[in-house]
Amino acid sequence: MRGPAFLEQLEAALPGAVTGTKLDALDPWVEVAPERIAEVCGWLKHKSPVRFDAIECITAIDWFEPDPKKAAKVAWQPHLEMVYHLWSTGSRVSLVLKCSLPRWKGDVPGQIPEIPSVTGVWRSADWHEREVYDLSGVLFTGHPDLRRILCPEDWEGHPLRKDYEMPLEYHGIRGR
Amino acid sequence: MASVADDPRIIEFDVRTDEMLVNMGPQHPSTHGVLRLVLRTDGEIVSEIEPHIGYLHRCAEKIGENLTHRQFIPYTDRMDYLAAMNMNLGWALAVEKLMKYEVSEKARHLRVLICELGRIASHLVGMGAYGLDLGTFSPFLYAFREREKILDLFEEACGARLTYSYITVGGLTADLPPGWLAKCEKFLDQFEPIIKEYHALLTTNAIFVKRTAAIGVLSREMAIDYGCSGPVLRGSGVDQDMRRDGEAIYTAMYDGYAFEVAVMKDGHYPRDHEYPPVPADAVLGDCWHRFFVRMLEVVQSMDLVRQSIDRYASAKGTIGEPLKLTEKMPAGDAYLETEAPKGQMGFYVVSDGAAIPWRARARSSSFSNLSVAPELCKGCLIADVPAIVGSLDIVMGEIDR
Repeated sequence: MRGPAFLEQLEAALPGAVTGTKLDALDPWVEVAPERIAEVCGWLKHKSPVRFDAIECITAIDWFEPDPKKAAKVAWQPHLEMVYHLWSTGSRVSLVLKCSLPRWKGDVPGQIPEIPSVTGVWRSADWHEREVYDLSGVLFTGHPDLRRILCPEDWEGHPLRKDYEMPLEYHGIRGR
Repeated sequence: MASVADDPRIIEFDVRTDEMLVNMGPQHPSTHGVLRLVLRTDGEIVSEIEPHIGYLHRCAEKIGENLTHRQFIPYTDRMDYLAAMNMNLGWALAVEKLMKYEVSEKARHLRVLICELGRIASHLVGMGAYGLDLGTFSPFLYAFREREKILDLFEEACGARLTYSYITVGGLTADLPPGWLAKCEKFLDQFEPIIKEYHALLTTNAIFVKRTAAIGVLSREMAIDYGCSGPVLRGSGVDQDMRRDGEAIYTAMYDGYAFEVAVMKDGHYPRDHEYPPVPADAVLGDCWHRFFVRMLEVVQSMDLVRQSIDRYASAKGTIGEPLKLTEKMPAGDAYLETEAPKGQMGFYVVSDGAAIPWRARARSSSFSNLSVAPELCKGCLIADVPAIVGSLDIVMGEIDR
């Protein structure tokens, strides 16, 4: 199901969309080019042999080490990783998609990176993407209503970024 | 959903008045916590609702990035605080999946026992509070009376009544005290006939049926599309239960247990001869069915508790020791969904090889279940909004995290 045969079909249908795989991981995952994520998800929901009709979770992981001493030792380059957990209610199998994004668009701090929204594929992605936008700072292009969902509307920054600093004060409330 | 225009009970449908925005919450008693709904209404008819969430946001995921895997357990308690045992289990299993750790057989059966009791307690609150939403106070008292007894059992097992932190990474914090199983069996024996009372109070109550049948109908497709799970999904006729369909590490916990997923198949619920019949007005996917699935799960959980008591008592060995607080996790990531009372609770652990997760993510079931509310409330009456939101059985601690 999640084996090489399935990947070949995906590759044949959408050439160049898959940029890497790791099938021996605990949850085998497929890496997708970020600009083609909506296209791949659409294929997985409507055309793939296993119809992934539900998306369970959308997450972003900030791979960034604020401590320069530790940062010198890490094996990875700073980046933002998007993770999509898909589920097929018919076949009862899951699939993990990953995308790698720059931490800031054009390396300008404060400019959050962009990725196409998958709300057109699954309605549940709406709130999940709003949450990722709110907490991790990813701009979903094509999202119908991209606003903060958990933090107040006038909150600054994205708390789940590793270099986030809690504000000293928010409307007269001491932050730290 | 049937349009309001077709409803014979509504006579003055064509009377158009000015649109009005009505604010409901965040302190409204029928929003189950600090949920704020903004209703766009025209007379009695709601054209649109918009949930505003985040009043209880603590960014538990950020907290998880600063604590070791076991230290995060108490924070999972505070997600779904009505079923804290099941939250503990979700996180513990996700970490165990990443560490490829297997708990002892005795611990496995004890986990089933505790989690199924937790499910009963959670559904009792769901049931009682749903009665409150619809304006009947007594079922709430009947439900809480029984829930107290479960909390007493939990208190005896782990010392806490709400935030247990009992199930932990690598097992459980303590074994059961002597005599506990007998007390648990005694509780089950006296609880079993009481379920009939609940059915008399709510399930078959004519007013209750009128308020819930054919209200807020959630179609199968919509339920899947919105990522609904748990009783909300099964109430729409989707045969899915992570205890049976989930990942090996979770389904192995229920290995050898006999239970039937509470979902309507070919017009029948499992063992439906034992329960009151489905009212003629009810449509699959409406508030009544969501409620009824929960009631069936109470009985199902009771069966599972009975089975686990025997297995736990006959299992050899001990429940084992929980992992050390600072036990390192291998680098990698693991996502695991468990069937919590309110739906599929997913935990995602990302590790860079330390004991502290690089990223701790909680996929909340209530979060997705609530996201369908605006769709369900389109065109309903104002009085149906609490009925619909209540039938989703949400808990804000889990949504806002």
